[in-house]
Amino acid sequence: VKCREAAEFLSDFLAGTLELEVRTDFEAHLGRCPNCRAFLEQFRTTLRAETLAGRDEDARTVMPEELVRGIMAVVGKRRG
Amino acid sequence: VLAFAAMGDDRTSEATVPDEADLVRSLRDDDPAAFEALVRHFGGRLLAATRRILRHEEDARDAVQEAFVSAFRSRKQFTGAARVSTWLHRIAINAALMKLRSRRRRPEEAIDDLLPTFREDGHHAESFGSWTEATDDVLVREETCAYVREAVARLPDQYREVIVLRDFEGLDTEETAAALGITPNAAKIRLHRARLALRTLVAPRFQGGPL
Repeated sequence: VKCREAAEFLSDFLAGTLELEVRTDFEAHLGRCPNCRAFLEQFRTTLRAETLAGRDEDARTVMPEELVRGIMAVVGKRRG
Repeated sequence: VLAFAAMGDDRTSEATVPDEADLVRSLRDDDPAAFEALVRHFGGRLLAATRRILRHEEDARDAVQEAFVSAFRSRKQFTGAARVSTWLHRIAINAALMKLRSRRRRPEEAIDDLLPTFREDGHHAESFGSWTEATDDVLVREETCAYVREAVARLPDQYREVIVLRDFEGLDTEETAAALGITPNAAKIRLHRARLALRTLVAPRFQGGPL
């Protein structure tokens, strides 16, 4: 495994879906390649940053009052 | 039934998470005030999701409205197999995906400039240090989160969509592939390339030096 292949395996490695043989080769490469270890950490951090950015946006987004009223108007009609 | 409505709006705090049984009652009861409390409690989160997918305010709001109306129509069939929040999220995502699919698909854009480069011998052409500015307390900061979201928004549509559906909304590979009209294998490859590109885009934020 060279860095070029190792970079292709990062998502599957973090998801735990690499086949055993491939994972063994990948981990052996990581063991001797500090640059790929750093790259893996940056990649992992990117995914964590995504998760946190999504949660932050979820918590921060305010439901507009007019949208609440619009929904309740439709729901009220359906309730008849 | 309305007990959870008065608990404030901080969905990140465990103390303010409404009781699931109260939520189910709010859904099933024929009490408009209870359903409205549900709309108010979950609406923001659903709107965040539909905005991420559609990037069009009117469409995103329409998707949320359609989702709540659809949830109201089928409220009696809610079995409790999933959490109310998960059930509503799924309905909203489906409403957004219907709109996304109705848009004309554009040809896939290249993101090669954002992917890692390699020397002829297969080694990385670039040296990667550790991201000294990527500690957890930095990652949760409002400005860091905004930076990451802006980086996602800078990705070409096809790559942004796959990241949003898989990493932000938690769809699996098959669902994402179906939503985007591509094969599961193509969705996997596209997601990985999108994440690699996003790493490149957020790197300047985390590499140290003044923020």
